[in-house]
Amino acid sequence: MRQYDKWIMLLIVGIIVLAVWAILPLEEKINLGLDLRGGMHLVLEADESKLPPGEDLKDAMNTGLEIIRNRIDQFGVREPTIVHQGDKRIIVDLPGIEDPHRAVDIVGKTALLEFKLLDEGGDLSGALQGKIPPEDEILYNSKGEPYLLKKETLLTGKTIKDTRVEIGQWGQPYVTLEFDEEGAGKFAQITGRHVGERLAIILDSVVKSAPVIKTRIPEGKAVIEGNFTMEEANELRIVLKSGALPIPFNIIQNTTVGPSLGQDSIRKGLWAGITGFICVILFMGFYYKKAGLIADIALLLNLLFLLGALAALKATLTLPGIAGIILTIGMSVDANVIIFERIREELRKERAPRSSVDAGYSGALRTILDANITTLITALILFQFGSGPIKGFATTLSIGILASLFTAIVVSKTIFNLLLAGRPVKRLSI
Amino acid sequence: MQFFGETDIDFIGLRKIAFIISGVVIGISIVFLVLKGGPKLGLDFTGGVEIHLKFNGPTPISWVRTGLSKIGLGSAVIQSYGKKEENLVLIRFGVEEVSQDTASKIVLRIEKVLREEFKERENPFIVQSTNLIGPKISEELRRGALLAIIFSLLGMLIYISWRFKLRFAVGAVVALAHDVFISVGALSLGNFEFNLPIIAALLTIIGYSLNDTIVIYDRIRESFKTYRKRRFSYKKVFNLSINQSLSRTIVTSLTTFVVVLALFLWGGAAIHGFAFTLLVGIIVGTYSSSFVATPVVYTWGEGKTKRR
Repeated sequence: MRQYDKWIMLLIVGIIVLAVWAILPLEEKINLGLDLRGGMHLVLEADESKLPPGEDLKDAMNTGLEIIRNRIDQFGVREPTIVHQGDKRIIVDLPGIEDPHRAVDIVGKTALLEFKLLDEGGDLSGALQGKIPPEDEILYNSKGEPYLLKKETLLTGKTIKDTRVEIGQWGQPYVTLEFDEEGAGKFAQITGRHVGERLAIILDSVVKSAPVIKTRIPEGKAVIEGNFTMEEANELRIVLKSGALPIPFNIIQNTTVGPSLGQDSIRKGLWAGITGFICVILFMGFYYKKAGLIADIALLLNLLFLLGALAALKATLTLPGIAGIILTIGMSVDANVIIFERIREELRKERAPRSSVDAGYSGALRTILDANITTLITALILFQFGSGPIKGFATTLSIGILASLFTAIVVSKTIFNLLLAGRPVKRLSI
Repeated sequence: MQFFGETDIDFIGLRKIAFIISGVVIGISIVFLVLKGGPKLGLDFTGGVEIHLKFNGPTPISWVRTGLSKIGLGSAVIQSYGKKEENLVLIRFGVEEVSQDTASKIVLRIEKVLREEFKERENPFIVQSTNLIGPKISEELRRGALLAIIFSLLGMLIYISWRFKLRFAVGAVVALAHDVFISVGALSLGNFEFNLPIIAALLTIIGYSLNDTIVIYDRIRESFKTYRKRRFSYKKVFNLSINQSLSRTIVTSLTTFVVVLALFLWGGAAIHGFAFTLLVGIIVGTYSSSFVATPVVYTWGEGKTKRR
């Protein structure tokens, strides 16, 4: 064995050990995308037209993200990802979520709580026909019944200290709020000043209730009633406690994958991959005999390195990513095929086995590099312009190609060198 | 083992027949596209709401429609897809039909009304996935896909003209356009929708087909150095190079085809269109590198020689 081969051998073994170390245990190290593990991907876009005057969009976005994070933490999702995208978008990834509808409400609700007085002296039916008094506005409750309200907001949910869900005497849940000192003072003032009038509690422009103020409320507590289910009340508790979003958000994309579909995709992808893999392994063995087995070893290592790189880079494996791996299985033997065909040609010219191998490798090298770069260009562009799942495809495809260059050119060549070293070889099994 | 020994096929001599075949197939593809009113765009590019359901037993679409019409969505697109025994149904409607805010809620309502409908029919279902794409996102995805296609074609053109002479680049690009046209036609014929994975597959085909072409080009370049000295004609050098690469072309296409076939057969409904595109593309791409790209380079060169 030549000294050079020894070092290369050492390098290869080192990389194998690193790759194995990187991927074990597999379930923890390979980061599955939402399309495989199930979950919800939301893109929220701030409605700039509703930015309160004097408010900075950037500040609003930062506060918004914090509030959303807060809500999700309270909702109890493991490993959520909440990040900014561009100037006015927030991306929320919630893996393994079981109740997607609830999650949408919790993330997307503005939760602006307002207290306004009813204009009981005003003419509601006249206002409904368009004659709204200048200081008033009309809002509706969830059943569509109109209320004529004074425009002025007396108090908002900003000063809420705590919220709780309680059960009323008929078993219906309701939400209680507790204001902080400042809020409690204001609330006492308002209720004291307007005894006998009706105070509307409004959430995101929908009137929740409009009770009559019976007496001044000094302790800073209020109750929100409505026809809530237990879940709805709980939702309200979470969004009120974490505060209102400083700017309303629209959900412009919502992709939700149930856990069963993800499992199913993994199973099918695995099955297709294994079948394809066995076919390629057998074919190479039959077609190129012992040399084919060398290519098979190279292919096996290729997959190991690919998974190792995925784990080390903390890249996300998606369904198209699995397709990329499967495609790699078929395409990555190409480098070895080019080399073997070259070696066969050299052998046909009655060249000696060892020099045929060397000539085959050196002759094929440029072709292999030239040819593989095109697929790399494609992968790069897909990575740049693709959405999440497609990025996964681009990742596995490009890592697969790079790994195949290494395994075909370095690994299989070293195996050849080892087999051919130190003894006279009359025939090559290729 | 060997499929064939040294071959001596006259690829260049067959070029006229090959051009006619390719022309006819491309013509058919275009006719199909026109007849179907252009490529059918999927949710990624149109925007809207899509819900995928998996039923326990066989489910006529009319049952689903009966349920949906109760909440005013009787006009939604309802299709069964995937393998028959999987009982998969998809429902799709535009976001403009419901305001965006309620789009998320409507999924819940659909679920509810269908649960009632299918409770009577004793055919429960699960919601496999839901997808809401707003108009802004679909517009961005359309632009992204278009840019990706333009940039990869440009990238390939630049790369090839850097590595080879201009007429080789032209031959390669003609072959690429050929592959893409036929693949798109086949997708239309197979009633597949264009979504992001299909664009990814088309770009992969571009890379793959070019990969094949470059292996042959490399061979031609190398052969010129050795054989021109021996006064071989252009035609002979071209033919020799394609023939020498043939074994490799077939073997690699075969291994790639086999894995993609496995993906197509067992990979599941979600990547069916993706796998189909690759299957067609591999066949067409393999054919085009031997029968289109190289002969085009030859024909162009021939014209030049004659003028001289």
